[in-house]
Amino acid sequence: MRTSLGRAISRARISSRVSASRLSINASRAVLASQPFTEIGNNAGSRTPAISYRAYSKQAKLTKDTYHTERGDYGQLTSEDIAYFKSILPENGVVQDKTDLEIYNQDWMRKYRGSSELVLKPKTTEQVSQILKYCNEKKLAVVPQGGNTGLVGGSVPVFDEVVISLANMNQIQSFDPVTGILVADAGVILENADNFLREQGFIFPLDLGAKGSCHIGGNVATNAGGLRLLRYGSLHGSVLGLQAVLADGTIYNGLSKLRKDNTGYDLKQLFIGSEGTLGIITAVSILCAPKPLAVNAAFLGLDSFEQVQKTFGRAKGELSEILSAFECMDANSQNIVAKYTDLARPLEGSHPFYVLIETSGSNKDHDDAKLEKFLEGLLEDEVIADGVVAQDETQLKNLWQWRELIPEKLGHGGVYKYDVSIPLADMFKLVDDVQARLEEAGVVGDSEEFPAIASVGYGHIGDGNLHLNVPLRRYDEKVEKLLEPFVYEWVSKVNGSISAEHGLGFAKKNYIQYSKDAGSIELIRDLKKLYDPKAILNPYKYV
Amino acid sequence: MSSKLRILVPVKRVIDSAIRPRVNKAQTGVETQGVKFSINPFCDIALEEAIRIREGSKSLVEKIHAVSAGSIKSQETLRTALAKGADESTLIDVGDKDLEPLSVAKLLAKVVEAQDSNLVILGKQAIDNDSNQTGQLLAGLLNWPQATNASKVEVEESSGSVTVTREVDGGSETVKAKLPLVITTDLRLNEPRYASLPNIMKAKKKPLKVVKPDDLGVDVSSRLEILKVTEPPVRQAGIIVGSTDELIERLKSAGAV
Ligand SMILES: Cc1cc2nc3c(=O)[nH]c(=O)nc-3n(C[C@H](O)[C@H](O)[C@H](O)COP(=O)(O)OP(=O)(O)OC[C@H]3O[C@@H](n4cnc5c(N)ncnc54)[C@H](O)[C@@H]3O)c2cc1C
Repeated sequence: MRTSLGRAISRARISSRVSASRLSINASRAVLASQPFTEIGNNAGSRTPAISYRAYSKQAKLTKDTYHTERGDYGQLTSEDIAYFKSILPENGVVQDKTDLEIYNQDWMRKYRGSSELVLKPKTTEQVSQILKYCNEKKLAVVPQGGNTGLVGGSVPVFDEVVISLANMNQIQSFDPVTGILVADAGVILENADNFLREQGFIFPLDLGAKGSCHIGGNVATNAGGLRLLRYGSLHGSVLGLQAVLADGTIYNGLSKLRKDNTGYDLKQLFIGSEGTLGIITAVSILCAPKPLAVNAAFLGLDSFEQVQKTFGRAKGELSEILSAFECMDANSQNIVAKYTDLARPLEGSHPFYVLIETSGSNKDHDDAKLEKFLEGLLEDEVIADGVVAQDETQLKNLWQWRELIPEKLGHGGVYKYDVSIPLADMFKLVDDVQARLEEAGVVGDSEEFPAIASVGYGHIGDGNLHLNVPLRRYDEKVEKLLEPFVYEWVSKVNGSISAEHGLGFAKKNYIQYSKDAGSIELIRDLKKLYDPKAILNPYKYV
Repeated sequence: MSSKLRILVPVKRVIDSAIRPRVNKAQTGVETQGVKFSINPFCDIALEEAIRIREGSKSLVEKIHAVSAGSIKSQETLRTALAKGADESTLIDVGDKDLEPLSVAKLLAKVVEAQDSNLVILGKQAIDNDSNQTGQLLAGLLNWPQATNASKVEVEESSGSVTVTREVDGGSETVKAKLPLVITTDLRLNEPRYASLPNIMKAKKKPLKVVKPDDLGVDVSSRLEILKVTEPPVRQAGIIVGSTDELIERLKSAGAV
């Protein structure tokens, strides 16, 4: 029955023969519906930028050359090593083909590139354990890799580290529809986990623009925040347990399904946000939230950041329990999305700031009434200049696109990304200060001669988290020197964090001191030495 | 005849097009409990076209009237239509009854009469039952010309004639007719707008009249009985073959070649 619109759409796009296009739509739907979890690498029906469709036409310079890094004292791969890995892994678990290796060597931003000659794709925790035990003995450096969507260069090798991809560990292990506790392999793609849960009336308590590619293990390893942290909290709260393999092959079995457990140190917390430096996460147990029955979104235009703050304050008060996202985007970010898509802009006029508000609740009439009253109040008090409310699911998705497409569309020619926590009031001052600094140096502007396009700000305002981006026409060391450590110093001065949610990886390894004192850094290093004495796990990164 | 347009736009409330419908347990229809409903996408396009005609020439359009036949919940759909740009609206309250296209066409014909409409723009079909009949039946009842599956509509102000480009198999067809006229819309016609906040607020004060089929003197009893509704058969997942030899092998064993 419902094929009609899809059919009609496919008809508009592909063919005017109703019968032919009906067939095609039915076929694609059937394939989606019966797609097993082992096939999901190709990112079924994703609305997000997937690795697969980003053309790797532009290759990054090798990280070691760009950043003048010295190779550590690690073993070199031998044919004997390869033979060993082949003996413990299935045939498709050992990747050596040069072209096949490319996507594992380069990061999503096309900023970092390594030269690994071997990718291992274990299917079981035991295999991960065997691999690490062997690598530890031979002192072979490794990089754990999930969906390779990380934004700080943590997921790709710097030299010839062996990539251990979790992509083949992609099974849901169990789900309890009463408690909402999901246990799944680390390599399950976030969107697939979410789709599975939605069928059961639940959702994954994390959502982000890279959901079609990133792994839940990668999410936990980076302690990803995402679009609804405001509502569902951090992974430090929702992850109940995990299983991880340590550098020497020891399996840490902490796959607890308990909400409360005060017996001993909470070890799992160490792995959440450890970015592959303490162990390889192989499975996760996580508390999921019931699927909201009513979701709505409004997209607002505002004249100043003061008004954005006022709107946020009122949203917390008036929408309270149904508020599920509060995202802010500046004019530059929206202009760039507009340039690279043919989506109709939600608002007619242009505004310096835009806000996307989402509500999620259990009663549509109640939520609609609340949202409407809230928005009317804002309009009457002239806190907002203009706004639209989604009238259907398609509009709701399209409104989200204006937020979710930003990272992808800004990335066209490369981008410098900063992901900072700063006190709300100062947030966009940083964007302005960076713009002024780049202008002064004559490196930013509208035409080809300038390496940088603009200073752009957007982010999870509800969490005090700003994404400062400088989209580029080409990478230029001059721009980087202007930005770093300037941005970090700026953030440090207001006691912010230089990495709110993307982590340290390779990009911020040298800047941790802007957010952590010497004592804390020492403790982090002690832990690393204890868990990974030969430092084979994700070297050259983190601290 | 005055060439001022009095446009009637029928709109239907249906399960949101982005939601996958499921057959209910009794197999008498699709599950509607806890499911999001929205304006039928083709109706949304019809409404958008009416608004664009007015935006193209203010003096040309006297009014845009939206009408919906459905349960009291269809008021929401009418409010959306009013927020997007309709001037006034009528709800024909039929309770929970599923109407057949002929009944809808008869009801609409009465509203055309009451509103003195001279142009009806409606979706070519509703995505819940895919009938694709209402526009044609209405044109027949009114004895008006019809231009179905429109992908482009041009109104000539001076002569009161309308040129419509239609989507047909393998290409397009351009037809021209004098008012009054029935147009049904195809997907390519336009992209509907968002409802802006100021307009949502204004829409609350716009007229929304509720009538019953009896008030219009129309008998809406069904002529068809739905015996059973079932899901389409699940297709088996595809397989990836390693070589052309394997492909031929597989095709042979499946008896396909
Ligand atoms: C379009 C886009 C939008 C994004 N939006 C957000 C956002 O809103 N919020 C946010 O926080 N992040 C965001 N990110 C960043 C990124 O997607 C997240 O950090 C994500 O959680 C990374 O998951 P992944 O599977 O791709 O990990 P990868 O990129 O493969 O790896 C990231 C790090 O984790 C390690 N790692 C991966 N898997 C494992 C494992 N199983 N065990 C141990 N270590 C592992 C890697 O070594 C690496 O250091 C976004 C990225 C993109 C491209």
